Amino acid sequence: MHHSNAPYTSTTNACKLCKPLGACLAFRGIEGAVPFLHGSQGCATYMRRYVISHFREPMDIASSSLGEKHAVYGGEANLKQGLRNVMHKYEAKLVGVATTCLTETIGDDVPMILKAFRREMEESGVGSSLPALVSVSTPSYSGAHMEGFHGAVRAVVDQFTGDPEVLPPRENRVNLLPGFVSPADTRYLREILDDFGVESVILPDISETMDGPAMEDYAKIPGGGTAIEDIRSMGGSRCTLELGRTIMGTDTAGRLLRERCGVPLHGMGTPIGLRESDVFFSTLKCTLQRKIPRKHTLERGRLVDAYVDAHKYVFGKKVVVFGEEDLVVGLTAFLAEIGAVPVLCASGGESGRFRECIEGVTSGILSPSPEVREGMDFYDIAEEAESLSPDLLIGHSKGFHLAKRLGIPLIRVGFPIHDRFGGQRILHLAYRGTQNLLDRVVNALLEKKQEDSPVGYGYM
Amino acid sequence: MAVLKSTESKLDLENECLSPDGLKQELLRVYPTKVARKRAKQIVVNKVKEGGGVPEIGANTRTVPGIITQRGCTYAGCKGVVLGPTRDIVNITHGPIGCGFYSWLTRRNQTRLENPKDHQFMTYCFSTDMQDEDIVFGGEKKLRAAIQEAYDIFKPKAISIFATCPVGLIGDDIHAVAREMREKLGINVFGFSCEGYKGVSQSAGHHIANNGLFTHIIGLDDTAPKGKYKMNLLGEYNIGGDAFELDRIFKECGITLVATFSGNSTYDQFSISHTADLNAVMCHRSINYVAEMMEKKFGIPWIKINFIGAEATAKSLRKIAKYFDEPELTERVEEVIAREMPEILRVREEVRRRCEGKTAMLFVGGSRAHHYQELFKEIGMKVIAAGYEFAHRDDYEGRRVLSGLKVDADSRNIEELEVHEDPERYRPRKTTEEIERLRREGFSFKDYEGMMPEMENQTLVIDDISHHETDKLIEAYKPSIFCAGIKEKYVVQKMGIPLKQLHSYDSGGPYAGFKGAVNFYREMDRMVNSKVWSYLKAPWQTNPELSAKYACD
Repeated sequence: MHHSNAPYTSTTNACKLCKPLGACLAFRGIEGAVPFLHGSQGCATYMRRYVISHFREPMDIASSSLGEKHAVYGGEANLKQGLRNVMHKYEAKLVGVATTCLTETIGDDVPMILKAFRREMEESGVGSSLPALVSVSTPSYSGAHMEGFHGAVRAVVDQFTGDPEVLPPRENRVNLLPGFVSPADTRYLREILDDFGVESVILPDISETMDGPAMEDYAKIPGGGTAIEDIRSMGGSRCTLELGRTIMGTDTAGRLLRERCGVPLHGMGTPIGLRESDVFFSTLKCTLQRKIPRKHTLERGRLVDAYVDAHKYVFGKKVVVFGEEDLVVGLTAFLAEIGAVPVLCASGGESGRFRECIEGVTSGILSPSPEVREGMDFYDIAEEAESLSPDLLIGHSKGFHLAKRLGIPLIRVGFPIHDRFGGQRILHLAYRGTQNLLDRVVNALLEKKQEDSPVGYGYM
Repeated sequence: MAVLKSTESKLDLENECLSPDGLKQELLRVYPTKVARKRAKQIVVNKVKEGGGVPEIGANTRTVPGIITQRGCTYAGCKGVVLGPTRDIVNITHGPIGCGFYSWLTRRNQTRLENPKDHQFMTYCFSTDMQDEDIVFGGEKKLRAAIQEAYDIFKPKAISIFATCPVGLIGDDIHAVAREMREKLGINVFGFSCEGYKGVSQSAGHHIANNGLFTHIIGLDDTAPKGKYKMNLLGEYNIGGDAFELDRIFKECGITLVATFSGNSTYDQFSISHTADLNAVMCHRSINYVAEMMEKKFGIPWIKINFIGAEATAKSLRKIAKYFDEPELTERVEEVIAREMPEILRVREEVRRRCEGKTAMLFVGGSRAHHYQELFKEIGMKVIAAGYEFAHRDDYEGRRVLSGLKVDADSRNIEELEVHEDPERYRPRKTTEEIERLRREGFSFKDYEGMMPEMENQTLVIDDISHHETDKLIEAYKPSIFCAGIKEKYVVQKMGIPLKQLHSYDSGGPYAGFKGAVNFYREMDRMVNSKVWSYLKAPWQTNPELSAKYACD
């Protein structure tokens, strides 16, 4: 993929992370799973330290620790040995193997190695204690962390949903593929589905695995995550909801469930803001043929009330939004409807659908459309931002330097957040998450105004 | 194939497992035979013989695949550790985006500009962000363009290139590109072949970085700075402001710091560093190669010092003063020590009352697991187990073992530069007689005694500790504090044991020098005496009578 929009060849201060990191995060949201990177051990170490700095939770990623010799002769022996050791130590139910630049470049055929490994284990009589082995190809020179995330989710579904005919249909159950959302978001999505009185399979589910309780007895694999049994039976669910506008119509786990098992797929935007959340709730209402629980109607009402109250503070404020494409699309939908002006929507991702999705959520309420740029880094964003003179930045911690330079607030959302506390507990989605974002946006603007005044007004 | 079902069980704390030897057996029990044999060499019960001899430990060998290690890769050691703290060199990662992103100022190295207009690239992350077509057709073109761009935009004094795994595999010649661009742009451009798979840990990357610094920067400029007592500080990376505190102390002592490798450093300081008269080595593992090479080429002696711990700081300052051997300096150093100590002792005594007898484990780095033991001793805490993440045998057992070290394929992989005396600039700083006299007075040059001779008998020394071993160790000994890095932090804390990060300092620091010691005393006091761990269980979980009583009230 080319950086078609960016004037520079190199990437300076990237606004994306690498592909295997996304895959590891997705695997981490499955019950009893251990993510495993086939490559140099540095990849596992770097990604662990990065993920941990955001979540402040343990994050084990095993590695096949390839050296120079293996880079020449292939990493098969190391991968097999690594798998055996992980099995010994973790009693994992699933080992999710993601490849790296190294093993993709040398061309290791991981699915074949895993097949051979399984056969060897079975021949030596220990096949029954084997964990499920799922692999996903994640060279970071082809796509960024979100492609790795969605790829891993699809690989898991692909592996576990094979026999639609043996599945009893589960009319009262929905599949929810939320994408990379926070543990707090995941808990809230489950609450919504519970309130509708419907069973759900949320894949992946990092609500406990990446935001777990303090315990006296440490569990090597944290509790929680989507149960493999549940994944196996996703093909019998009433429908699948898949969040994220940029992945709609692409080769996703949701599409696979529809094609293979005939599960109706409802693709929709990441529900941030009133309208995108309305779509989410309306879809549940229609497909389930149930009333929207009063609790959520009330939350919606309060949100609209807050939109009215906030309008005088946020109207006309210019905002630069950056981060993962689907998150930015959701945030832009929200900003446009509260009267703020998203002037630049930027992402390091390169789905090719970013612009169209932003237009989809802004048309009719925002004119002209914001500048939309994919494949961007912070050097590009900063250059653009200089001339746009924004009032606010919304995105992750890497926007800090720009915010500092421009002297404007940065509302930290998404991932990674390593210069503030509680990134894993930020609620972004649906009515309650939008309310939270609105409060934070308004307060950031108020704080800035108050701080900037030499008088010291106390009544804003 | 052996039975794969895990045979792990809870440690029986009543039986002999609690002895270090018993625990070692317990740690090894779950490993397959081959792994157990390897790990047995890397887990040693310490025993210091008279004269300082210690048991041999296995170190700097490959991590077993699938064992969760603390270690990073060659790139991390080179770009992240050694060159990471340089602020005015544009460091370009040649590779896909991950490596550059993850080494983007994550180590909390600090820097302080002398002039606000000076170059400051530490907050930047430059990458060629290689894509499919670069892997297929080669990435040299893109690298060339990236260097040109960096030059056009920033006009830096120097640009360096760091190779990641795919670069070596597809055969991009980063050194040829560097040469070409050096000629074209007229600035210093150089590359590091630090592909992640090259060594057994980040240690290989340190060596590659040392070679690069020595070959491409050190000695480029013969302008000697003013000052009577000129030295370089090697292996100090200014995490949490450590180097700032040391700068302060050196200034007070009247010692001129020519260059620090590489905390709070500049390119120009590296260039003139060969004009110093002494190299003082802090982290032996990561920088001893530069010290050795500078001695050979320029005649600068090196000594091992340690500025972690107030007593160690005083001792190191005295060692430096003794080297220069001028009463004026010795006096000034003694004055500084005398001025700093009362406050340190006041805090130490206060903290010691609450920390005395508590226990610590340190598993970190290539020198920190050793250096920080000083601070624990000062507040009366006992170190019961320690180990390095990426050190070699000499860091454990002392440089006395160097001559007997086996060179394996992984070490042979890293170039050993052939260094000769510089025909014009080689200048012995001390006469043979002076050196002899200093030696007779107990002064040791180019020596590092290692960690183990300074540890108690019967303590456990574990190299490249794994996740599993960490769990078992904690379960058996329940230390008051565990020191490691962020990857271990939340695992250990889930077990109810506080973990102090000795890589990034948990956003704290400085911990070096005099003020650093006080900071660390207070930090340990805060951590080991925290009440939070007693809240892990709710009252109804821990004490049914108690909750019943509350219910009745």
